[in-house]
Amino acid sequence: MKVLVAVKRVVDYNVKVRVKADGSGVDLANVKMSMNPFCEIAVEEAVRLKERGIATEIVAVSVGPAQAQEQLRTALALGADRALLIETDEELGSLAVAKLLKAVVDKEQPQLVITGKQAIDSDNNQTGQMLAALTGYAQGTFASKLELSGDKLKVVREIDGGLQTLELALPAIVTTDLRLNEPRYASLPNIMKAKKKPLETVTPADLGVSVASTLKTLKVEAPAERQAGIKVGSVAELVEKLKNEAKVI
Amino acid sequence: MAILVIAEHDNAVLAAATLNTVAAAQQIGGDLHVLVAGSGCSAVAESAAKIAGVAKVLVADDAAYAHLLAENVAPLIAGLAKGYSHVLAPASTNGKNYLPRVAALLDVEQISEIVAVESADTFKRPIYAGNAIATVQSSAPIKVISVRATAFDAAAGEGGSASIEALAGAGEAGTSSFVGEELAKSDRPELTSARVVISGGRGLQSGENFGLLYALADKLGAAVGASRAAVDAGFAPNDMQVGQTGKIVAPDLYIAVGISGAIQHLAGMKDSKVIVAINKDAEAPIFQVADYGLVADLFEVVPELEKQL
Ligand SMILES: Cc1cc2nc3c(=O)[nH]c(=O)nc-3n(C[C@H](O)[C@H](O)[C@H](O)COP(=O)(O)OP(=O)(O)OC[C@H]3O[C@@H](n4cnc5c(N)ncnc54)[C@H](O)[C@@H]3O)c2cc1C
Ligand SMILES: Nc1ncnc2c1ncn2[C@@H]1O[C@H](COP(=O)(O)O)[C@@H](O)[C@H]1O
Repeated sequence: MKVLVAVKRVVDYNVKVRVKADGSGVDLANVKMSMNPFCEIAVEEAVRLKERGIATEIVAVSVGPAQAQEQLRTALALGADRALLIETDEELGSLAVAKLLKAVVDKEQPQLVITGKQAIDSDNNQTGQMLAALTGYAQGTFASKLELSGDKLKVVREIDGGLQTLELALPAIVTTDLRLNEPRYASLPNIMKAKKKPLETVTPADLGVSVASTLKTLKVEAPAERQAGIKVGSVAELVEKLKNEAKVI
Repeated sequence: MAILVIAEHDNAVLAAATLNTVAAAQQIGGDLHVLVAGSGCSAVAESAAKIAGVAKVLVADDAAYAHLLAENVAPLIAGLAKGYSHVLAPASTNGKNYLPRVAALLDVEQISEIVAVESADTFKRPIYAGNAIATVQSSAPIKVISVRATAFDAAAGEGGSASIEALAGAGEAGTSSFVGEELAKSDRPELTSARVVISGGRGLQSGENFGLLYALADKLGAAVGASRAAVDAGFAPNDMQVGQTGKIVAPDLYIAVGISGAIQHLAGMKDSKVIVAINKDAEAPIFQVADYGLVADLFEVVPELEKQL
């Protein structure tokens, strides 16, 4: 079966971003960019499905600027067969991304789409669910285990109270949680090979999708800083402070 | 137009996060209706009708909604939403699952995890693991919003007397089905609403050692949480993970034990009132957000702390 994975270029998870002084956004100049960690997990899962002989072709898709080709090349080095960049310099919301992915799904007809559960820049946690709504497919969000039997997909989901197992009819959309797998690193030979794999670029207009938004960011501020605290020298001092100063126990 | 709040519950009990979500809706202003979608959930509807300020409770009691499968419940909510200005749900794993599906069915963007209401169309929400707060304005005809429960003081759960109206269910979508569930059972308070939370990290070294934290928690009536590293290592189950991609907590007292304080962890707990950190590394970033830091070996001081309480 064909598997589509959605890959977003985001600020690297180790970077502590700074807000711009004019409140217009966060400062991304000269900041390390990477594949969203949940998308790495999505790619890894697709590659494992291929290694098990279940997936026959993996198509990686990204919506973003020309530089997002880097993350698509990474996906190709990890084992995706071909890649599609939907190029735009606009920062699109999850609904617009979902509509663009829907256009790709219509064309590619994958049996399974794997997205991350959340992009660590917007922290939206929306795109996979929205794509499921637009396609009418079943959704297995926050997945920590996938098991395919026939034309059914069993998904173990991480939920507030523990774990839930659902059975989805294919085609379906899955969003990855942290425990689904541990992504591998791309090897040097695979990075070299990835340079020769096909990477196509289209625009939202080519796909006939309107990316107009109803959401406007008015400003971006730094969060309230916590007052620096104190170090206590002993357990007795800690207990005393919690009882008499903080009055929380 | 009125505001629709989607109740969080397990078919038996109304979850506290519903009250925080109602509080956010009250800040927007307008008539308030609550939807209880579930199966055998009449007790939940009765609790919802008692929430102060709620005018009407809609109950869709149908086997199709027993587990709030998004494929089944999203069309129901989207159908109702057309009569409302706003649809709000808690940013629980349930809300995060069905609400974006509702938004897309309505062809509107969702505003995720708001932490403040500025006006009926303008909201604040954290981005980049809480390292920035965005103020966003929506021109969508129906505003679909998930609410970070810890950012809003709960509405009163008593004192209201809303009418209860039964709705016909929309049935099964037929694309997904519930197989089973493994729910953590605990006599301790629920993590996201506990007054005191004690969390353990990789420093605990094993699942057995988490026993030290459970003993301390039982003394304090606390819930126990964990860092991702502790969950990944199998020291604690996934539902205990606190952080950007786990649970968001803001208790009166948060005690971080053997946790370094990565930004992804801080994102889930830095709005706690008082933070205590116990770590043997004086340079650990967790001390930058701690009100009281104790640089020590946790295996010595945690048992001692338990004794002294
Ligand atoms: C996409 C993504 C999402 C993530 N989401 C989350 C999330 O939601 N929540 C989360 O927590 N993390 C999350 N992380 C992981 C995060 O980046 C850190 O790796 C993790 O929080 C580290 O956990 P830790 O502090 O327990 O482990 P470590 O960083 O290894 O720290 C262990 C600490 O224990 C101390 N220690 C060791 N032994 C002792 C002792 N005997 N006594 C006292 N102190 C001791 C050490 O000094 C050290 O500071 C995420 C990461 C990514 C990439
Ligand atoms: N611009 C994008 N390009 C490709 N995939 C995306 C993009 N935005 C979001 N996604 C996918 O949707 C997931 C969740 O993102 P979000 O809903 O924005 O939090 C990500 O992990 C990606 O798999």
